[in-house]
Amino acid sequence: MRATIILITALFSILFAGAQETMHPAGKYTEVFYIFNGTVHIGNGQVINNGIIKVSGTKIEAVGTDIVIPPGVPAIDARGQQVYPGLILSNTDLGLKEIANGARGSNDYAEVGDLNPSMRSILAYNTDSKIINTLRSNGILLANVAPQGGLISGSSSVVQLDAWNWEDAAYKMDNAIHFNMPSLMARPRRPVSKGRIETPETDVIKDGLDKIETVKNMFREAKAYLTVNNHEHTNIKFEALKGLFNHRQKLYVHCNLVREMLVAIDIAKEFSFDVVIVGGSESYLVAPLLKQNNIAVILNQMHQLPAAMDDDIDQPFKTPAVLQKAGVLFAINDEFEESRYRNLPFNAGTAAAYGLSKEEALSAITLNAARIAGIDQTTGTIEAGKDANIIISEGDILDMRTCIITIAFIQARKIDLNNKQKILYEKYRTKYGAK
Amino acid sequence: MKHLVFIFIVMLCQITSRAQQTFPVNGVADHREGCYAFRHASISSDGINYIADASMVIRDGKIVSVGSNINIPADAVEIDCKGKFIYPSFIDIYSNYGMPGSEKGSTPDIHQPGQFSANQKGAFGWNPAIRSEIDAARIFITDDAKAKPLRESGFGLVLSHLQDGIARGTGTVVSLAGKKENLVIIKERATSHYSFNKGSSAQSYPSSLMGTIALLRQYYMDAAWYKTNPAAEGVNITLKAFNEQQDLPQIFDAGDKWNDLRAWRLGNEFGAHYIIKGGGNEYQRIADIAATHAAFIIPVNFPLPIDVEDPNDARFVSLTDMKHWELAPTNPAAIEKAGIKFCLTSADLKETKLFPDNIRKAIDYGLSPAAAIEALTKTPATLLGIYDKTGSLEPGKLANFLITSDTLFTEKSKIIQNWIQGEKYGIKEDLMTTISGPYDLVINTIQGDRKYSINIKSNTYASMTTSGVNISKYNFDGKVVRLDITATGYGKPIVIDSTSKGVNIIKYSFDGNTVLTDLSATGNGKPKAIDSTSKGSDTSKAKKPTKIYMTNSFPVFGLNVIRLTGMANGNILQGTGVDSIGNPVSWSATPIPQEEKIDSTSFWDNDIPKDWIKYKDQIKNIIAGKVKDLPKIGNITYPFCGYGWEVAPAQQDILIRNATVWTNEPEGKLLQTDVLIRKGKIAAIGKNLDTAKVRVIDGTGKHLTAGIIDEHSHIAAMSINEGAHSVTSEVRIGDNLNPEDINIYRQLSGGVTTSHILHGSANTIGGQTQLIKLRWGMNDEQLKFQGADPFIKFALGENVKHTGAQGNTRFPDTRMGVNEVMVDAFTRAVDYEKALHGPQARFVRHDLELDALVEIMHQQRFITCHSYVQSEIIAAMRLAEQFGFRINTFTHILEGYKVADKMKAHGANASSFSDWWAYKTEVQDAIPYNAALMNQAGINVAINSDDAEMARRLNQEAAKSVKYGGMSEEDALKMVTLNPARMLHVDGKVGSIKVGKDADLVLWSDNPLSIYATSLYTMVDGIIYFNRESDLTARKQIATERNRLIQRMIGEKKKGVPMTTFTPAPEITNECGDHGSGILMNETD
Repeated sequence: MRATIILITALFSILFAGAQETMHPAGKYTEVFYIFNGTVHIGNGQVINNGIIKVSGTKIEAVGTDIVIPPGVPAIDARGQQVYPGLILSNTDLGLKEIANGARGSNDYAEVGDLNPSMRSILAYNTDSKIINTLRSNGILLANVAPQGGLISGSSSVVQLDAWNWEDAAYKMDNAIHFNMPSLMARPRRPVSKGRIETPETDVIKDGLDKIETVKNMFREAKAYLTVNNHEHTNIKFEALKGLFNHRQKLYVHCNLVREMLVAIDIAKEFSFDVVIVGGSESYLVAPLLKQNNIAVILNQMHQLPAAMDDDIDQPFKTPAVLQKAGVLFAINDEFEESRYRNLPFNAGTAAAYGLSKEEALSAITLNAARIAGIDQTTGTIEAGKDANIIISEGDILDMRTCIITIAFIQARKIDLNNKQKILYEKYRTKYGAK
Repeated sequence: MKHLVFIFIVMLCQITSRAQQTFPVNGVADHREGCYAFRHASISSDGINYIADASMVIRDGKIVSVGSNINIPADAVEIDCKGKFIYPSFIDIYSNYGMPGSEKGSTPDIHQPGQFSANQKGAFGWNPAIRSEIDAARIFITDDAKAKPLRESGFGLVLSHLQDGIARGTGTVVSLAGKKENLVIIKERATSHYSFNKGSSAQSYPSSLMGTIALLRQYYMDAAWYKTNPAAEGVNITLKAFNEQQDLPQIFDAGDKWNDLRAWRLGNEFGAHYIIKGGGNEYQRIADIAATHAAFIIPVNFPLPIDVEDPNDARFVSLTDMKHWELAPTNPAAIEKAGIKFCLTSADLKETKLFPDNIRKAIDYGLSPAAAIEALTKTPATLLGIYDKTGSLEPGKLANFLITSDTLFTEKSKIIQNWIQGEKYGIKEDLMTTISGPYDLVINTIQGDRKYSINIKSNTYASMTTSGVNISKYNFDGKVVRLDITATGYGKPIVIDSTSKGVNIIKYSFDGNTVLTDLSATGNGKPKAIDSTSKGSDTSKAKKPTKIYMTNSFPVFGLNVIRLTGMANGNILQGTGVDSIGNPVSWSATPIPQEEKIDSTSFWDNDIPKDWIKYKDQIKNIIAGKVKDLPKIGNITYPFCGYGWEVAPAQQDILIRNATVWTNEPEGKLLQTDVLIRKGKIAAIGKNLDTAKVRVIDGTGKHLTAGIIDEHSHIAAMSINEGAHSVTSEVRIGDNLNPEDINIYRQLSGGVTTSHILHGSANTIGGQTQLIKLRWGMNDEQLKFQGADPFIKFALGENVKHTGAQGNTRFPDTRMGVNEVMVDAFTRAVDYEKALHGPQARFVRHDLELDALVEIMHQQRFITCHSYVQSEIIAAMRLAEQFGFRINTFTHILEGYKVADKMKAHGANASSFSDWWAYKTEVQDAIPYNAALMNQAGINVAINSDDAEMARRLNQEAAKSVKYGGMSEEDALKMVTLNPARMLHVDGKVGSIKVGKDADLVLWSDNPLSIYATSLYTMVDGIIYFNRESDLTARKQIATERNRLIQRMIGEKKKGVPMTTFTPAPEITNECGDHGSGILMNETD
């Protein structure tokens, strides 16, 4: 490679000495640059060794091994490093929930009421959340921010994680309506002592099915309502469901158990909705049905105990391998509140340790996630024509032992990988004279 | 009719026969002695030794004499019991018969305002769950509705007590006779009662099993102290009552196999020999149960099969529950076989009337009938100290006995009468008199006498020997006989068509509903037209064959059916009746003399070899062809759940060859090295070690590390938080370990070998912790890490302030108050210790709470302190220094990096999360670089889980410090092995791979810090408790066993056996109060 190589790090990087409050989104970068010498993981299963990526404007213009890098053009030498598409968090309360407990004022994720299809998470998404930057520094560049609570909680939107405000952050608005399936399993109350368990008084399943029926009725009435244009009384809730019927929006059904997933399939059939199951703990039991009915799955949490005592001890870990084999479209998510979603790559890594190939595991947090969120036209892989959402790591990002993100681009803007925690780290290194 | 009247009179007299002397009589005195002689019975007190053709005389409610050749008093009413058996009535030693109902208590929610002082008025103790002042005899009221099913099940006496509270006062022995209370109380204050259930007490404390145990321990100490008449206590009726009942038999309702052991240990500590009421699952740990040498009270409430037809439901039914359903009926047999002294009780049954069937079931599953009898008579009587009054059939004892139709507990045996205190309670009276054999029956009709020969087989069946007629109904209830005689073929359908012989169709019509046919019978000489109706089956073709019902094949007109009723007069039956057209008839039946058969009783006494007598029932069953095969049942596993062992793994001498050995010692990481394990210890580390006589595991390409030690865990315990008070240093996690928590096994699969089980963070000074080794399959005591220093949990900040609670009312509510709770507690402890060594020492109340704090101040107990922000960390250190000790470990310690220098100076260890933050206000400044920063500052740092899931991946959590803060890989691994061992003071035994240390080792498939590494073998003390290959076999076995049981249950459902509705097995996960995960988790906090 004869090209003059200029490490462009200096060009993009900004020196940070202050607190998170002084960190700011990257400025617009519209020139051309290259990333070369790295191992490029496309996101669709392919790996290009010593790959070259040409970025132009906000997009990836070309990817390959025989791209000529002209002299004088900025280029990043990724020798010995791993290059990946930006990771996508498929379902999250990021930016809606700042402090999980004991600080209601910092929370905007669950509205009062059972049927709230018109709630839009994007309006409450706080780009100044201190959590966002800790995700970016682990390679997560896009997130599907969803409301919670009630039966129909409202619509989620995909945001990119480097923005001044929510309008700038919006990557795909209102991509899905969220339905929280009521539990369809009788649950024991807390045991009095071992061996003596009180049974619940109410029939949880019947209650659940009744609630599901109210949701279905809403869909039925909305469908009828939407066939007519002029209404004396506009129904905002019905209007908010329009996207489901014209397939501009998907229905994200939050559920875990087989019986609940069967209901989700039933809804998909009755209304011809594009249904995505979020949770899907037991999806491995119904994988062929999900495939047959074209239902995608977002596995919310890999790092979870088996659902039942007698289950295989590694059941949640190996669920993705079952879905992969059955041909179900699935993404891996991280909703672990205590570490705040930054372990998304390691959730995928666990799946890779239990049956998925590493590239399949990567797809579950990139391409598959993009396809499910409806943004695969513009991101999810390192392919020509897509947004330059790219991360570079010193090693395998799926393994915490080697995952050290050095550079990240959102739409070709090189973003600041600092965060509140790094700033505190530096502050106290100074205190102890380690620096 | 006369007989009937007589019987009624007898019954009435029974009720009024004996009255109490002090009570005035409203009417004419009617004193009776109730002298009865029961003749020709087989009498047995124990179900082994029978006296054949024996008699028993009773008078005034007591037995006068028993034997085969006794004098029958002239004034005795004789009752012929030929073919019958007489046994003592049963004693139920665990009953609430006649006690007032009590409300069910609820476990207080720590998120709700608590109740901290007793709301009970009067000079009683401080905690209303302690109710020693209750005397059951004072509140006992007879209750015939509740007595009836007990009597029908064979009980004559019960020990009744108020089943409410942790200490429940005294129990009273009462008979189930329907007399005035004064006369049925056999022993007023018989027993003293305890349980682990606080019952209706609304007070917050205790809110956990370990709190209950601590309360009882303190209570024993308080009672001893109260004997010194401490002025400060004044009159405490509860403590006084407790002291007064210590000489009585002590009964503890434990209700579960582990609780049985807990109760037994508690009794041992205070010299109380509890009679322990079990839970029916003792068979699952029978060796441990037998080792207590305690007497047990065993319920027979065998679970019903579970409705598992829906596979989606069945999936969540645990193997534990299904196996228990199958094996629960073996519990009494297992108890008997283990040589445990035991009583059987009807307690815990949904309905008392299920008792006989369930005892029979227990016998089908191996319980010997004689043992069942003893467990219901002699044993309870002996334990209650009333064997001189009851429990066998001997002169002078209470006339409490059963008359049965067959030997007790054989399949067809029924209790005919239950006599209690000399009063008869009829149960299956019809069986008292049985009539059988061939009889001549004469019916006097208006057309003259008709003679028939009948053969009476039993009280419900008789057959006709004479042809042309049948007996369509026969029933004899001991008094009244009912008999229907029907013409053969009467009522049976016949098919009529134009070619039928013997009848002519005179008329046929069909109106859409009813076929009307006139028939003329031709074969009977005298044709008659009769009407017959039948529901039409033919709508169009009149000539199609149709069903009609025969009405006229009886030889004599008008006698199609003769209905007879009558009475037995001795062995002659006679009475009246009516024929089918309403004419009255009268009848009598007399037996045809037969040769006397050999009586089965004499067979038992004469023809059986003496040493066979104990197998009598079995032999009898064999002769009767009634032998049931023992049902096919699964094996018991240890623990009693999936992944339990049928055969516990043994300690082996093992050589792990050619592995990368992470020693955690100055040698560092050794490549291609062998490690030899002998007798549970690391015996040698080197190259090319001798492989003779050892099991060799190839470690090529694998990594061997010390077992992971989790400094902060909440698994394997029945309760974690005693959150009712702010200071609960008296409670001990070790009192309530749960060795059957599946998370023990799951964590072994993640390489964990030692876990520090902490009290939760609900209060400032929490409970005493327990260090355990993950010895899967062992009992609770065997889990304990022997020789480890004792620790205690403290907590600071939001959890102890109850920040998440609605309207906290408990002190403290600020960090100022949190610190003051500790200042107050330690100040009291200082004063307490001073008093203990002062001149009045023997009057000082022994205080378990303060004892633990004194230990802390003497460096005999060490603190692990839940903490987050720098202000509280510094304050805690200064407080400790003020009282002369140090905080051994700060756990969580997410702002430790801010004050690492001060912590280092204080000498604290730190045990933290790798990357948790933002789950509440006090963790906003938590950073994943914390561990690295503290490590750099020279603090001994560990990474812990506080989470049953994450504990399986602690190696990965440690690896995050390589990523965040650039720690070396070897140092990172030490944070989950050697460093926690050091902070727990057990680094002399575990934490590194060094000759002489315990062989607690993990062989990993890959670099142990990599996400791709899985444990291939995890061993504790050189015993392989997890082996990834064997795990795959275990899964298959679980699947096979589950399927077998599900199929059995589905089979039961098809048979129409009552089922219980499906409830998923809860996973009990304990959390310290910060978080939780899992879709089926049943969290306790």
